[in-house]
Amino acid sequence: MSVVASSRAITVTVNGVEYEREVEARKLLVHFLRDDLDLTGTHIGCDTGNCGACSTIVDGQLLKSCMLLAVQTDGSTIETVEGLSEDGQLTPLQQAFTDHHALQCGYCTPGMLMSATALLRANPSPSEAEIKKALQGNICRCTGYWNIFDAVKAVAR
Amino acid sequence: MLLREVEYAKPASVAEALSILAGNDGARALAGGQTLINVMKARAASPDLLVDLNGLDDLKGIELGGDGTLTIGAMATYTELGAAAEARARPIVGEVCMQIADVQVRNRGTIGGNLCSNDPTNHLPPLMCAVGAQMTIVSQAGERTIPASEFFLGVYLTAVGPGELLTRISIPAGKQDGFAAVTLGADGTCIANAAASINGSLRVALGCVDAVPIVVQPASADEDAVREAVRAAAIDPPADVHASSEYRRHLAEVLAVRAARQAAERS
Repeated sequence: MSVVASSRAITVTVNGVEYEREVEARKLLVHFLRDDLDLTGTHIGCDTGNCGACSTIVDGQLLKSCMLLAVQTDGSTIETVEGLSEDGQLTPLQQAFTDHHALQCGYCTPGMLMSATALLRANPSPSEAEIKKALQGNICRCTGYWNIFDAVKAVAR
Repeated sequence: MLLREVEYAKPASVAEALSILAGNDGARALAGGQTLINVMKARAASPDLLVDLNGLDDLKGIELGGDGTLTIGAMATYTELGAAAEARARPIVGEVCMQIADVQVRNRGTIGGNLCSNDPTNHLPPLMCAVGAQMTIVSQAGERTIPASEFFLGVYLTAVGPGELLTRISIPAGKQDGFAAVTLGADGTCIANAAASINGSLRVALGCVDAVPIVVQPASADEDAVREAVRAAAIDPPADVHASSEYRRHLAEVLAVRAARQAAERS
């Protein structure tokens, strides 16, 4: 019989590091990442599931971390924007965002990077239409999107 | 947004989920959470206990029977339906699922959640009515199966009562289906939609125009016959910032024609 409880101990692996924490059932994954683990790269934009700034990859699936409870990720492997680069080196996608001026204020960028990363893993050679469809859940109010598409295209094979 | 305090249970079986739901008046099933969690943020719903259905393999799965019946577990996600080879037996299902929201929502949102929330702007309630889906509902008292036309009872209200769960959706064999919608941006919320299916006769279900899908049965898929049938239904759609009642009525007619044409052109 599972326990009905208002909090529980969870174990998650975030960017390769294992964490064990007691979390309230009402805590959203995005708050857990930011407040409990101090991983503030995952942004809260709209907090209504529309903007995609909080996008993270959970067990290989791109999800919005504002529409998931932290307790639901017990046992999961989570990737956030902090985990993309290795040894301080930008990934080719991150470098392409810089080269193509794919960000201005940068608020949406962590979510854009996670969505584009998920796309390129599943489909290394996306068409422009596929790039647009893959980034549909991410809103940017600065760039008008074209530079973001260009950055993704630059690293597509 | 911090949610109101809530308890959480992650049952290991459907029987256990039903037991927890039956024993707690304030319990709600949590499927993909792509609607419920946002509704909880807004305090439009404040369940005392969330019964997490994720991880219950009995509610997953997409199967194609020997007679062509497509059986879909309520917890199958839109992405799974878009990708499953079995679902291609009834292509419209995956096609419509891939028009819902965005990648992130499709990865988590479920067919059962979409149907049980019965938001009048959802894509799947009219589609299930048009294709003649059967819904299987379980409680501790047993299992029952009802047609989609009896499943949707009102805005956010379905035949799934307290202590019950929708477990699977069965769709009979068929190919001549269509779906058309006018949305807020590509793949956004529907302002109006229509699903059509030809299985002997034509059935068209109109979404976004009433609390539940409105089913009409035009004499044929010809434009005039479809328009006539929609007019005869005398719908009185709600008005909002996106469309007046009159404009929504106009859209319903146009979209019914488009969906019926798509259904007729497929063989």
